[in-house]
Amino acid sequence: MATKTRTIEVELSTSGLDRSGKPQRVPLVTNDGGVSIGIPEPLALEPALDGEHMLINLGPQHPATHGVLRLVLELDGETVVRCIPHIGYLHCGFEKTGEYRQYNQIIPWTDREDYLNAPGNNVAMALGAERLFGITITERCKVLRVIACELSRIMSHLVWLGTTSIDIGAYTPFLWSFHQRELIYQLLEAWTGARLTTSLTRVGGLMADIPDGWTDNARSFLAGFDKVLDDVEKLLTNNGIWVGRTVGLGVMSPEEAINWGLSGSMLRASGVSYDVRKDFPYLDYETYDFEVPVGVNGDVYDRYLVRVEEMRQSARIVRQALDRLPDGPINVDDARVILPSKTKATSGMESMIHHFKQVMEGPRPPVGEAYVAVESPRGEKGYYMVSDGTAKPVRWRIRPPSFLNLSAIPKMVEGHLLSDVIAINASIDVVLGEIDR
Amino acid sequence: MIPVHALLQVVDRQAPITGYTTYIVFSIIKLIIVFTIYMLSAALLTLAERKISAWIQGRHGPNRVGGRGGWLQPAADGVKNFMKEETEPGNASHPLFSIAPALSFVPAMLVWCVIPFGSPLPTPWGRVDLVVADLPVGFLFILAIASLGVYGIVLAGWASNNKYSFLGGLRSSAQMVSYEVALGMSTIPIILLAGNVTMSEIIRQQSHSMWNVLNLTTAFVVFFVAALAENNRVPFDLPEAESELIAGYHTEYSAMKFSLFFIAEYANMVTAGALMATLFLGGWDIPFTGWDNAAPYTVLKTILTLGCFLTKTGFFVFVFIWIRWTLPRFRYDQLMSLGWRVMLPVALGYIAVLATTLLVLQAIGIHPGPVHSFILLMENICILLLLFVMVDEGRIVSPAYGRAQQARIVRLRARSASRAVTEGAGK
Repeated sequence: MATKTRTIEVELSTSGLDRSGKPQRVPLVTNDGGVSIGIPEPLALEPALDGEHMLINLGPQHPATHGVLRLVLELDGETVVRCIPHIGYLHCGFEKTGEYRQYNQIIPWTDREDYLNAPGNNVAMALGAERLFGITITERCKVLRVIACELSRIMSHLVWLGTTSIDIGAYTPFLWSFHQRELIYQLLEAWTGARLTTSLTRVGGLMADIPDGWTDNARSFLAGFDKVLDDVEKLLTNNGIWVGRTVGLGVMSPEEAINWGLSGSMLRASGVSYDVRKDFPYLDYETYDFEVPVGVNGDVYDRYLVRVEEMRQSARIVRQALDRLPDGPINVDDARVILPSKTKATSGMESMIHHFKQVMEGPRPPVGEAYVAVESPRGEKGYYMVSDGTAKPVRWRIRPPSFLNLSAIPKMVEGHLLSDVIAINASIDVVLGEIDR
Repeated sequence: MIPVHALLQVVDRQAPITGYTTYIVFSIIKLIIVFTIYMLSAALLTLAERKISAWIQGRHGPNRVGGRGGWLQPAADGVKNFMKEETEPGNASHPLFSIAPALSFVPAMLVWCVIPFGSPLPTPWGRVDLVVADLPVGFLFILAIASLGVYGIVLAGWASNNKYSFLGGLRSSAQMVSYEVALGMSTIPIILLAGNVTMSEIIRQQSHSMWNVLNLTTAFVVFFVAALAENNRVPFDLPEAESELIAGYHTEYSAMKFSLFFIAEYANMVTAGALMATLFLGGWDIPFTGWDNAAPYTVLKTILTLGCFLTKTGFFVFVFIWIRWTLPRFRYDQLMSLGWRVMLPVALGYIAVLATTLLVLQAIGIHPGPVHSFILLMENICILLLLFVMVDEGRIVSPAYGRAQQARIVRLRARSASRAVTEGAGK
């Protein structure tokens, strides 16, 4: 087949910074001979050290960077003078891959980008696709999705609680909270068959209904969970060392928190009561009775208090959801997106063809775009997808709350000690899969 | 060659050994026994730590090697560390890098030479004191040798040529030097009370009146905290704070060199436990009885007192482990401030108070005995109550999580905010 060459003229440039730190467009092309384009020298990655300062490289392989975050710290003694975060060590190309996948096929990718909140991401992705398709899901599906979201919030906060307590030197809360997380994993395993990568939702419903007796197990988990949370709080909340290590660190005032684009517990700890579940309710969150804990001082201690209280509130929501769980189908009755049952697909001709086309070609949403934001454990998690009428999105974009929260770390750690960097970094609760996506 | 005639001399079993050769032979035997027990206990302690932590955290702990109890786990660890490859950073200073583990290990062992661990043992060759060397300056020897432990850590941190190790070494030198002062000061009351620095005399004094833990509770508290800091145990494990400094001073060590540091840590724990048992819990003295301290000495008495000593030491070691798995870690500046602003003044103040009390008691004619001890105990209770209220800040005393705690939080916030402003701006 003969190929036809054509020339495209575009101005290739990217956003960058000039030497004084102001934003500017940086051209990417240099070799076209015609116009000489002055490219500013790249900003020095390694800062010039003055005096007795020491440069220390925290990560990407370090026990306390929660993944592969790399922080280059300039230390004066043990005081941090400058902090330069480096990201990208976990780049997997999730967004780009999404452009080559059908909507249902993207759901397993959402498991992996914020791997501590897999069910919550699945729900967010499904909500976005359903908005694109214009589908209203069933009542039972809504309630089950709320349960999944809140369990995953508890799970994620438990990981945060455990790893933060390890970072500050207390080992025991880590194992206690991981035991509780294991119990949630067992619940999810019974429901979806997977523990970490749940792929719970499908466009228009769920991959499976909960098994028999699942609600009882969930209730008995919640009963034990409250007690363990009390125990952990007994160990930490009023512990003099814990208070001394967390209070007054990484303070963000409400104005700063908003200006830096923080969201989730980070924002709420600074005193801004913004929770997507309350302010832009989805899945009928407005009908549940729960409080949004808000901190006062915006330091590591307040973030700890806020997250612990959020776990209690999530448990409260799960209880309400279990109480109101209606009977009925979990999937919408919409042949565009929902597969026919296996029995039908293997016995009837039309169903089989339908099944085949659904799987091979995928459901096609109308042309349009959709943005859905949910309250992930780390903050406002958004999925934005653009459809051109084919089965695959032309653009799938994630708004990662961790990325925005992490961007404030230089501001928060400078002037504090090396040990405080660890505590502050832990308080941000980063998930690098989401940041590098 | 051992001159046999010296060993065959029949002497009074209760009399001290006189012959020089016999003395040497028994010293060597005692050395070997102490060394063996000591190494064994350090090895078993690694297991104990894992088992106790598992118990606290609701796990099983080691249960594969050596049956359900995991009794052979230390042996398996030891074999593993012997077989592993030893790595050394390219730019490390080889002599210092190699000698550092030994330097941290040896002082912990040397201290044991002067700790009596049982009542004297009667033998056909005379009475054997169950202490390797009952030095007249036993106590000062301990202080002198224990200070040497810091060299191993500092040199390890320096010689590794690694920034994390270096920070660990720096932290530990500052920490150990600071807390040594408090440690030394907290032992002066014991000397004041016993009037002697020989370990066996300190034990005798306690068995005759009351254990120092009641006589000198304040000193005991200070000594306990300082001993935790000296051993780099949580909440004072900053030199090896894993979440900040990877493994601190021993980041670059592997195989047996690492193992030596590891053993030294547990050895130091046993030593600290034994020291506290000796200085504050009457050493091998069996409580509420006087017969174990008096002649005639029998083998049974030796065994019982030895058991008593081991129980006391084990108790302290257990408390060390218990604390490790309960508390978070201090920050460097908090540690320093605790050492210099709290521990040292308390220790110094207590010396002054105790010296005055002893003088007054002597002047009004109350001699060491029950009344004397009772007065000291009451004094201690008052001091400790005061200290408790100060340290507690309304957490336990005022159940509503008192205002003092809130005020402290406000203060901490203000301080750290001002630090962030001044030092962040100063760059």
